[in-house]
Amino acid sequence: MDPANPRDETVSRRGVLLAGLAAAGGSVAVGNRAAAQEAMGPSDSASTMATHGNMMTVGEVDNLANGFDPVAMLTDWDVGTTETLPDGRTLRTFHVDAEDKEIEIAPGVFFPAWTFKGRVPGPALRAKEGDRIRVVFRNFGSHMHSMHFHGIHSARMDGVNGTPGMIGPGEEFTYEFDAKPFGCHLYHCHALPLKRHMAKGMYGAFVVDPDPEKHPDRTNVARSRLMGTAENAEWQELVMVMNAFDTNFDDENEFYAANTVAFAYMNTPIRIEKNRPVRVYLINAVEFDPINSFHLHGNFFDYYNQGTTLTPTLRTVDLITQCQGERGILEFSFAEHEPGLYMFHAHQAEFTELGWMANFDVVEA
Amino acid sequence: MEDQPSLSEPRRPQNLIWLLMPLALLIAAIGWIVFADPFQSFRNGAPPVEGVTFERTILNDQGLRMLVRAGGSDPMRIAQIQVDAAYWSFTQTPPGEISRGATVWLDVPYPWVLGEAHAVTLVTTTGATFTHEIEVAVPTPKVTAGQLRFQALIGIFVGVVPIVFGLMFYPVLRGVGQGGMNFLMALTIGLLSFLLVDSAEEALELAGNSAALFQGPVMVILVAAATFLMLMAVGQRGGPPTGLALSTFIALGIGLHNLGEGLAIGAAFAAGSAGLGTFLVLGFTLHNITEGIGIAAPILKKRPPLWAFAGLALLAGGPAVIGMWLGSLAFSPQWGAFALAIGAGAILQVVVQVGAYVMRSNNLGLETFLRPSVLSGLTAGVAFMYITAAFVKI
Repeated sequence: MDPANPRDETVSRRGVLLAGLAAAGGSVAVGNRAAAQEAMGPSDSASTMATHGNMMTVGEVDNLANGFDPVAMLTDWDVGTTETLPDGRTLRTFHVDAEDKEIEIAPGVFFPAWTFKGRVPGPALRAKEGDRIRVVFRNFGSHMHSMHFHGIHSARMDGVNGTPGMIGPGEEFTYEFDAKPFGCHLYHCHALPLKRHMAKGMYGAFVVDPDPEKHPDRTNVARSRLMGTAENAEWQELVMVMNAFDTNFDDENEFYAANTVAFAYMNTPIRIEKNRPVRVYLINAVEFDPINSFHLHGNFFDYYNQGTTLTPTLRTVDLITQCQGERGILEFSFAEHEPGLYMFHAHQAEFTELGWMANFDVVEA
Repeated sequence: MEDQPSLSEPRRPQNLIWLLMPLALLIAAIGWIVFADPFQSFRNGAPPVEGVTFERTILNDQGLRMLVRAGGSDPMRIAQIQVDAAYWSFTQTPPGEISRGATVWLDVPYPWVLGEAHAVTLVTTTGATFTHEIEVAVPTPKVTAGQLRFQALIGIFVGVVPIVFGLMFYPVLRGVGQGGMNFLMALTIGLLSFLLVDSAEEALELAGNSAALFQGPVMVILVAAATFLMLMAVGQRGGPPTGLALSTFIALGIGLHNLGEGLAIGAAFAAGSAGLGTFLVLGFTLHNITEGIGIAAPILKKRPPLWAFAGLALLAGGPAVIGMWLGSLAFSPQWGAFALAIGAGAILQVVVQVGAYVMRSNNLGLETFLRPSVLSGLTAGVAFMYITAAFVKI
């Protein structure tokens, strides 16, 4: 540019002004486009998307590698071995080993569990009211463990710290007590820290069937609860231990389920013959969350809190809640229903969506 | 010195041996460690350390789409995905194990809600979790002509328009004397210093969000230093830059800063975390207006042609448009940090050059900076930038 030429300066001044005006015009355009942007939303397209069908884990759990199958677990009772004592009573002996085991709790997610007999929940022990119980417990794990039974027994057999039933790795102890009261109970490790031992998977069902002879006024009800009777065989009995897993050890659960595997009974619905009644032994072993719940779709049930009565403690409900360690028996029937999938799940939507959601597949027998 | 070539000549084969021997030993050592595994006692049964960085999140009518980078001690596997504490089906591309440093796309067909917050949690095979917050769910802009035009407009308003407005003061400023020149140049140093701090701070913040293997903060400092040294070397060829050359360097520094700023705005815009309202755009326009004055200052006593003004405005402001495009369409924190670090280095170079120019034109050395005209200029520059920045910091 020639500094001696004043014409250049006028041109430059006008040019700069023009550029400014053009830019100012642009500001109006920006304002309009911004408004249009705000009005645009995803709602139309979002409504066409599946809203429930995709709420699911991806893949399948290898039950074979785990060594337990959530479907088989529903009816897998450990009744131990029996012999008759000199006084005529039955001596029932169970063998339970504690061991560390990595289990697949959801497709592709592995949890370093502490187990009873290599499974979570531990074996569902079942006895008859009045049996003499003997549990031979061996600790093959890496920490102190015990079996603390919910039941009536002596302090020595309680499996807490300071009792002989709290054993270190490689040790063995035999718990002995009478099976009472009848009901739907549980056992769990009582080693400290308790939360960690529970959350690692050390719990299981302990069901004591009522002895019909001891309940003359309700013999038939008792017989229907007693395993091995013709009346009991009519029932479709299922044991479900509601549990959860804190996979990142932040004292909050990442996965919820009945019998360990998240969504297991969504992927494989539980087959129910519609004309046979259903009895569910339900136990809440969830850690960290104070309560859990069970809600049945399209049906109502009678509930026996802790299973220690022969008459329902709650009649005609479709939702019950259980505190940590609480349990009970649910009885219901699909006889009047049309076949199909009937859902059940925790009614805490968070637990539901993190895995505790399942289906009954009600079929004509 | 003279006989050095004759000395080294016969030694060449030996030199080669001295070069190859440590290399061969290194390879042997690596081979021994890999195959003989002497450190296996380090394996104490602890699960591998895992790391995941969310680099991009796209929300569209198919749901959520995320680009994640693995960074841990071993290859890792994403087992499940929770969205808002619900397990959701997903697809991973490419599927399977993710090796250290590699990225995969995760597609989750989740019905997200406009304007609300969502949290995505990845659960790996070891049960470790990695959570990413989507603060405000808005559809991610798609690459359409309309979208690019719209972003270009914002970029022009944030970058080019204020420069043009600033340059428009050129005719008025031409008449100033030495004191006025000092004030204007010091004003330029002040505003550039603000931009330097701003760029460095933003670069380090973005670096903090990038995957560990990029070593974000170290990268930012090295890139800024390298840029500074390179531009200093280029700028000093043929003597210290003055006039149009100095203006061009100032424009380049500001342009690189605007590129980084555009990247950040574009990314925020795409992520929905910034409601880029008219207010914010106007704030940036006001904030950047002194940049034009700064560019004009060294050429007040010259008479560059009109095209030079256009070129300077484009060089300083144009990168904001490019930044907007890149930021909203293909943004990863490490690239944002990289761009801002280049900007910081370039601005530092300009601060030094303008400072040297002021000292030269006053013949006072460092005492120049104690002159009232210079001190008031510095203060005015920093204060103006600081106060107008309040409009755009939300």
